Amino acid sequence: MSVDDQRTTVARQSGEPLVAPGHDLESVNEQINRIVLRPAGSGWLFGFTVAFLLLIGLMFAILALMTRGTGIWGINIPVAWGFAIINFVWWIGIGHAGTLISAILLLLKQQWRTSINRFAEAMTLFAVACAALFPILHLGRPWVFYWLLPYPNSMQLWPQPRSPLIWDVFAVTTYGTVSFLFWYVGLIPDLATLRDRAVKPLKRKFYGIVSLGWRGSAMHWRRYEMLYLLLAGVSTPLVVSVHSIVSFDFAVSVLPGWHTTIFPPYFVAGAIYSGFAMVLTLTIPIRKIYHLEDFITMRHLDTMAKVMLGTGWIVAYGYLMELFVAWYSGSYFEQFLVRNRLFGPFGPAYWGLILTNVALPQALWSRRVRRNPVLLWCLSLVINTGMWLERFIIVIVSLHRDFLPSSWGMYYPTAWDWATYLGTFGLFFTLLFLFIRFLPMISNFEMRELVHRTSTEGEH
Amino acid sequence: MKPSRIDPEAIRSRLRQAQGRDYWKTLEELTNTEEFQRWAEDEFPHRSIEWLRSPNRREALRLMAASFALAGLTGCTVQPQEQIVPYVRQPEQLVPGRPLFFATAMPICGYGLGLLVESHEGRPTKVEGNPAHPGSLGATDAFAQASVLTLYDPDRSRAVTFRNRITTWPRFLTEAAGIRERQSATGGAGLRFLLGATSSPTLAEEIRELQAAYPKALWHFYEPVGGAGARSAAVFGRRLHPIFDLTAVDVILSLDADFLASGPGCLVYSRQFADRRRVTGDIKNMNRLYVAEPALTSTGSVADHRLPIRAVDVEPLARALAREVGAAVEEAPGKLGDAQRAWIKAAAADLQRARGRSLVVAGEGQPPAVHALAYVINEALGNAGRTVRYTEPVLLNTEDYMQSLGALAEAMRQGQVDTLVIAGTNPVYTAPADLGFAEAMALVPTRIHLGLYRDETAELCQWHIPETHFLESWGDVRAYDGTVSIIQPLIKPLYDGRSIYEFLAAFTTAPDRRGYDMIRAYWRKQSGSTDFETFWRTVLHNGVVPNTQASSVAAAANAGAIPPPAPSAEIVATNVEIVFRPDPTVWDGRFANNGWLQELPKPISKLTWDNAALISPATAKALGLRDEDVVEVSYRGRSVRAPVLVMPGHADDSVTVHLGYGRRRAGSVAQGRGFDAYQLRTFDRPWFGEGVEIRKLGETYSLARTQGHHEMGRRDLVRSVTLKELLKNSASTAHEGQHPALSLYPEYAYFGYAWGMVIDQGICTGCSACVVACQAENNIPVVGKAQVLRSREMHWLRIDVYYRGEPENPDVYHQPMLCQHCERAPCEPVCPVAATVHSADGLNQMVYNRCVGTRYCSNNCPYKVRRFNFFLYSDWYTPSLYAMRNPNVTVRSRGVMEKCTFCVQRIESAKIQASKMNRRVEEGEIVTACQAACPTRAIHFGDLNNPNSAVAQMRRHQLGYQVLAELDTQPRISYLEVVRNPNSEMPEA
Repeated sequence: MSVDDQRTTVARQSGEPLVAPGHDLESVNEQINRIVLRPAGSGWLFGFTVAFLLLIGLMFAILALMTRGTGIWGINIPVAWGFAIINFVWWIGIGHAGTLISAILLLLKQQWRTSINRFAEAMTLFAVACAALFPILHLGRPWVFYWLLPYPNSMQLWPQPRSPLIWDVFAVTTYGTVSFLFWYVGLIPDLATLRDRAVKPLKRKFYGIVSLGWRGSAMHWRRYEMLYLLLAGVSTPLVVSVHSIVSFDFAVSVLPGWHTTIFPPYFVAGAIYSGFAMVLTLTIPIRKIYHLEDFITMRHLDTMAKVMLGTGWIVAYGYLMELFVAWYSGSYFEQFLVRNRLFGPFGPAYWGLILTNVALPQALWSRRVRRNPVLLWCLSLVINTGMWLERFIIVIVSLHRDFLPSSWGMYYPTAWDWATYLGTFGLFFTLLFLFIRFLPMISNFEMRELVHRTSTEGEH
Repeated sequence: MKPSRIDPEAIRSRLRQAQGRDYWKTLEELTNTEEFQRWAEDEFPHRSIEWLRSPNRREALRLMAASFALAGLTGCTVQPQEQIVPYVRQPEQLVPGRPLFFATAMPICGYGLGLLVESHEGRPTKVEGNPAHPGSLGATDAFAQASVLTLYDPDRSRAVTFRNRITTWPRFLTEAAGIRERQSATGGAGLRFLLGATSSPTLAEEIRELQAAYPKALWHFYEPVGGAGARSAAVFGRRLHPIFDLTAVDVILSLDADFLASGPGCLVYSRQFADRRRVTGDIKNMNRLYVAEPALTSTGSVADHRLPIRAVDVEPLARALAREVGAAVEEAPGKLGDAQRAWIKAAAADLQRARGRSLVVAGEGQPPAVHALAYVINEALGNAGRTVRYTEPVLLNTEDYMQSLGALAEAMRQGQVDTLVIAGTNPVYTAPADLGFAEAMALVPTRIHLGLYRDETAELCQWHIPETHFLESWGDVRAYDGTVSIIQPLIKPLYDGRSIYEFLAAFTTAPDRRGYDMIRAYWRKQSGSTDFETFWRTVLHNGVVPNTQASSVAAAANAGAIPPPAPSAEIVATNVEIVFRPDPTVWDGRFANNGWLQELPKPISKLTWDNAALISPATAKALGLRDEDVVEVSYRGRSVRAPVLVMPGHADDSVTVHLGYGRRRAGSVAQGRGFDAYQLRTFDRPWFGEGVEIRKLGETYSLARTQGHHEMGRRDLVRSVTLKELLKNSASTAHEGQHPALSLYPEYAYFGYAWGMVIDQGICTGCSACVVACQAENNIPVVGKAQVLRSREMHWLRIDVYYRGEPENPDVYHQPMLCQHCERAPCEPVCPVAATVHSADGLNQMVYNRCVGTRYCSNNCPYKVRRFNFFLYSDWYTPSLYAMRNPNVTVRSRGVMEKCTFCVQRIESAKIQASKMNRRVEEGEIVTACQAACPTRAIHFGDLNNPNSAVAQMRRHQLGYQVLAELDTQPRISYLEVVRNPNSEMPEA
């Protein structure tokens, strides 16, 4: 039995089909490519306009930031990191689902990934783009951000390698690059299909260029499969490493609430948690709007919900351990931190976190909830909020009351903080709308492959 | 204008008088005729009126361009044209980059504080205390430190004005000549002078000259704060000036006196007080301080026993004390509570045990009766002549300020005044509200004002003459003990200003005299020496005139002359009292336009940019008030709206308000800040009174405080020990918890220097002179109230205040907190661009150029002493402030982190000097700005690698510890535990 056969077997054994019955190769092609090749609908135009307006808002917020200074934000001493870092960690966490789905599930031969991987990868890429903005914007002097890069310069000075912020630079740029390559390589056969099916010359030209001369020969396919597998192998450690390194931004400090060894796994789990939540937030409406229920089936939703339930419990375990270790450490500062988290001025944020990230997601134990797209969608929003609150608590609540009571302070985000945060939604959705419009959001050839195997399996 | 005829005889006679390098340009100048002067002064008779109204942008740019061009033409010579004498050995000429120091003195409320002023290429940039001056001993207060900013304040008045239009000094001289003519006819019957307090001998001479010219003219002196010495008249039969000597005092009791932080001699008293409680000194003979006061002051915060008491109850307390020590005084019936009686009984017993070595001090804000009681008690305790001596008044004015101002107001109201000359005081703003001073003043036909600013008084005067700052004018002033200093200018007057000497000379027969000539003429007469030039140079160099201190006079306090207790039957609306106090940072309002002082956190409340109505926690609870609630404070028919601040340790049923805020006509910094407490002040009871009503208005007002939390919890931040415990366990527990570092890496070896600091917390009074000194030395920007509200103040050095115990009367601890220069600095490894690094001599350095502003260093700093330029905080656009900056310190731009450098510029300059001589930097060669300013010498700096240095020894002291040492940051700053000396017989509250 070949590898492919095993794959099919797994798919079959799980009982429920990954593609709704009645599809042949042409109907798959037709349904996926139609979205790209037909003229834009009014719904798309409306959505794109809203997203683009938000993006303009972001540009305006950045302009204000550059001309006036980081002081337009609510940050201060002691809370020197605010929304920018919260949003950075939040977006980068969201960007974890894509690679996980594409690479790890590919290696683990989870065939159900096929219909959502392209979309998840695109989401990853856009989330990383949003995330990458923040570390640059949050600098006091953003125009010299390149000093964090190791490049030969007249100052004869390299970045300071002990700083986790430098590790961050490497982790995020690597992750962004590999994610892009993985996504783009995966796109090539589909781009070629689009090239072949496009009627308008401009579109043909465009898809012709970006498909890099793909002709679908056996040699092409062989090399393609090899490259794709290798890229999956390269991406796999990144899923774990990126958020581990992001967690080091906090964990290597001396600050109570930051200085903790549990952070790397707890951050990675949190990232996958929020990543899957975001995939659900996006696929549920798109699946409905573009009538892709045949490809993104209930089984997909159900599986993703289960992943969320699992990672959610890892995160909950992290919260529990933070409380336990504070008590167990015997350190007054740690214990004070916990007291302040639970009952301090930002206490409601903590209880909000427990509600949204721990309590409400327990509904996912119920199969009926997992298979109800509306409920699932609402829960995905709840979890996204929860994960944002988690970062708020880690960044703000740890900083605002640390060692010396004399320097304690409060943090109040300003309108500019919100504008920048909402503005990145503009960037994210603008890119997403363009993606939906111009590229196949479901991997066309992999779906065809799946359909082919499913329809021919009886003949063996 | 046609030049006048040149008179060769006049030229010759003038040249004969000329002293030193007196240059002349033209023969016309040499003849110095009035026509020439007028012509010279009035070169642009139609000079721009634009300065008076606020120009629009285009006009402002045009004028700025013009003034820049002119400034370029005149070059950089800004030192006064008269010869000034630098301090210590200096190069014969100016070496660019090497600062010169000049001795001078700062007058405040009439008393002088001797200073050494640092001058860079002719620009005064930084003030230090003059060690040779008896009122300074090398230390300064926050006001002196901030005086440089006032000098360069762009809001200072710049031109002589008449009815709000710019005119010239010669035109004023013409006006003054007219007045002279009119008044000479009547002997000056309608002429009144109103001056601020002064002790200047030359001014005294000038006043005598004017009194001779106008025998009927009357002189008034007014200061809203001070003049307590005048209240000694009752018991001594004449006015005497008390001078304390705390070096021999074992037990001190303060009756509402903040003698360590305000008033004449406070710097000296601080030093003497601290010398008796240095941990590293003879701690066994530590003194003991009792303080009874309504609101916590700096003095109260270092007391061993503090009694929160309403200001009205201080007199009964003093009477009870007097009776305890055996003075025959009447008791005030039934006003003291049992706890207060027990407290004063224990204190009295302690004072009696220390007969002849004790001291009772009465506060500025207490009436003559309390001062009289204090004198009587001191006499009864055998302290007179030992710990307190009396001299003839140092100030020229001996009359009570309020009486003096009241008499003037009455005379004006009755139309007896036709010309009022006001110099160096701002009565329209500072007069008590019920005096109606402004209305009375409006009845005077001719009103003339000399002042630094176009203030409330200037606005109501037809003539306004800009006054010169003390750093740009000649003068003389006496210290708290009478010692005279010559005020030597560091810079030519920046604007068209005149000193008070030159101003008053306008009313004499020689109207256009220079201050320099007047001061010299007076001292030429006084010196009596044949070699006046040597005398003059020596006096200027040293900053003090030898043998001028006031001599003691024998005085016997007459207990029988103490005014009887005030009848308690007075009907008042409530028993809540209001207490007026000068503000710890803007004083009576004169420093209100000084951004450094506005942003300086007030020593206890840590409030900036505002004043507030301070009340006790219990009173707040009873009235249902919280911090920042706006209340209407009504007192004797007048009311103000004020925000509330609940202060631990405040007496119940008492509201303290600080003067100096709510300026109506002031510069851009002061305008409209806070509320005007003068509006409630009354003529007959200027300091406190009962019958205040407080009404909650239901609004709130944001108060920008730099510290909002004062409880340490179980944090081991400020350690304290009582003297008894210390003497019992000589092996202290101080080093507990200071584990040796566990690390995989070897310790860095410091072969050269290892700079370190030791702070003796027990003697820090929180006076905050160091904070302003740091700001001045290191070009630290002012950020404004809105930014302080966002916790973005930039002070590199802050003084944390912690409370321990019940909020009704807590123990207070001051902890100066600055960059700890940790050996294992948490900020360093987290910086991605190596902008904060360790130097070979152990400094934690900040490389501004390299900083990209990630702020991770601040997050990882356990002490939160790093400061970030969230905006462009440094003023890069006000030309007058350019000259003020320390050229050896970078002016930071937007987006970079900054923090204490241990005054690295001073360290490097000393190292360069030493290496030129091929030797090591010696102990005491490097003095940081904070250390230099500290009145109690609580801050020590030096080389830890030198085993004999003070810091190395103090660091090993058994009471030495490091803050947050458990984090293994290994700070280079150690703190010495606070030692308090409570009386074991004092009943527990």
